[in-house]
Amino acid sequence: MAAELVFEHKSKLWFTINDSLLMIKRSSRHIIRNTDQLLGAFFQPIMFLVLFASVFGGSISKALPPGITYINYLMAGIIVQTVAFGSTTTALSICGDLQKGIVDRFRSLPMGNLAVLNGHIVSDLFRNAISTFVMLIAGLVIGFRSHASLLNWLEIAGILILFTLAFSWLAAIVGILAKSVEAVQWLTFVLIFPLTFASTAFVPPVGMNSVLRAFAVNQPITQVVEAVRALILGTPIGNHAWLAVVWSLGLMVVAIPVASWLFRRRTTN
Amino acid sequence: MPQSDYVIEVDNLTKAYGKQEVLRGIDLKVTRGTMLALLGPNGAGKTTTVRILSTLLKYDGGTVKVEGYDVTDQADKVRSVIGLTGQSAAVDELLTGRENLVMMGRLYRLTADSAKARAQELLEEFDLLKAADRPAKTYSGGMRRRLDLAVSLIATPPVIFLDEPTTGLDPRSRLVMWDIIKKLMEKGTTILLTTQYLEEADHLADQIVVIDGGKVIAQGTAKQLKAKVGNDRLELVFKNTADFNAAVEALGKEVGDRNEKEFSLTVLIRDTNTDVKRTLETLAKHQIAIASMAIHKPTLDDVFLSLTGKQKQATEEDK
Repeated sequence: MAAELVFEHKSKLWFTINDSLLMIKRSSRHIIRNTDQLLGAFFQPIMFLVLFASVFGGSISKALPPGITYINYLMAGIIVQTVAFGSTTTALSICGDLQKGIVDRFRSLPMGNLAVLNGHIVSDLFRNAISTFVMLIAGLVIGFRSHASLLNWLEIAGILILFTLAFSWLAAIVGILAKSVEAVQWLTFVLIFPLTFASTAFVPPVGMNSVLRAFAVNQPITQVVEAVRALILGTPIGNHAWLAVVWSLGLMVVAIPVASWLFRRRTTN
Repeated sequence: MPQSDYVIEVDNLTKAYGKQEVLRGIDLKVTRGTMLALLGPNGAGKTTTVRILSTLLKYDGGTVKVEGYDVTDQADKVRSVIGLTGQSAAVDELLTGRENLVMMGRLYRLTADSAKARAQELLEEFDLLKAADRPAKTYSGGMRRRLDLAVSLIATPPVIFLDEPTTGLDPRSRLVMWDIIKKLMEKGTTILLTTQYLEEADHLADQIVVIDGGKVIAQGTAKQLKAKVGNDRLELVFKNTADFNAAVEALGKEVGDRNEKEFSLTVLIRDTNTDVKRTLETLAKHQIAIASMAIHKPTLDDVFLSLTGKQKQATEEDK
């Protein structure tokens, strides 16, 4: 005879949190099981780091303030770029879920509607943490050095976490709207590529024309890059830290409700 | 909440996508512990109906209740009493079979221990124990369907929706699924099954509702539906034109359909004993030899053809 089923009797809030935790567990397992993606998370940042450092290092270091090497300058940019590019994965996972019918199954269960999104977004944080860690190690190997204190590193982590969450929620919108995985690929590429390169992630803005520079120095990625860079290099941080935080929070304030609304709409009709 | 005699009650259900009407007034009533098969060709509105019943889709008009709960106003209540097995097996391919089951059990509000125990039980019952700890993407089509069904049974919901559970399966896997479904019925689960396979509905369901173009075109038991089409037929095949012609003459107005090229004819029979005997005796008396004979019972295919007047193309292709 079948075993007696035992149900949880907890508050609504408990279930809401538990549903999200279950989805985080699921998405995190995906990171480990999806070997191709995992390799990407390891090698793509290393490749960018080594390529940029060796190709641009010689020319750009001349434009840098005295005493700052390009690898030390580049590190912040590469980390932020990796996080920004990594948000594509969030969009891909959400788009994939919507197409495979598993979201239908989740929705036929008495579970929280948005837990699926939360799962992908939080597990993306883990993946980005892995990438960033790998990159720092690779950086150390090819000459990256920092005198940042533990507190500085915690501040860096805080800024990056907020930024990752903001970009993942934006990516979630793309993932919900896109009709296919291919569409996600080019949509995120068209959005993220210009945003990362028209910033101070890889080069100082001095050589850009006035229009581009006006955009580059004011857009969110630059704020995040400059804040992290100042903390790594120990240079004056100016307004960058709080602007980075305000941008990230601001993006989330817009992106979370929009993504949630779109997700509900996409899954009810 | 007073429970109605009917576990599933659908009244005058309508649904349109823009101007395209998909459901044009569907009525369904399913008694507790029975199976109703929703039978129809592709595009008849079967999946739309199931999606509405399982709270996945909004509808335009009518009322839809499951266990007395309204699917719109009490969606959460409905979700806690239903299990859904969709057309495309909705399991997480990167998770193992066991992980899928435990996760779904937890989402159904089972405790961790209970979900694990139930997962083990279902893995055994569905013959998935050997593959339990492999990612689901390594499963065969039949295994995946079984896992999908197991997942929808994790919290033993009293109502199960099976949306074309055997479409695309090989004959052996289909038989396995049928066995599993029969066991479910023995346990008293109320089931709504959709299928394009008339044979499947005939084999499993207590009640059959035939829909086409978003409308119910017939309903009843398999027996009742077959009765609409008519009686058994005795098919006789002869060796040559001479015998065939002699038989046509001897049997006279008893002959139904005839096919001169194949030397075959059919005789309608109302009572198998007397009618078959009389026909054979008539032929013997005239010394007409038979090449072969067979009794045809009307199939649900005949029912469908006579109801809709068209070929069910999808079904023919699948066969």
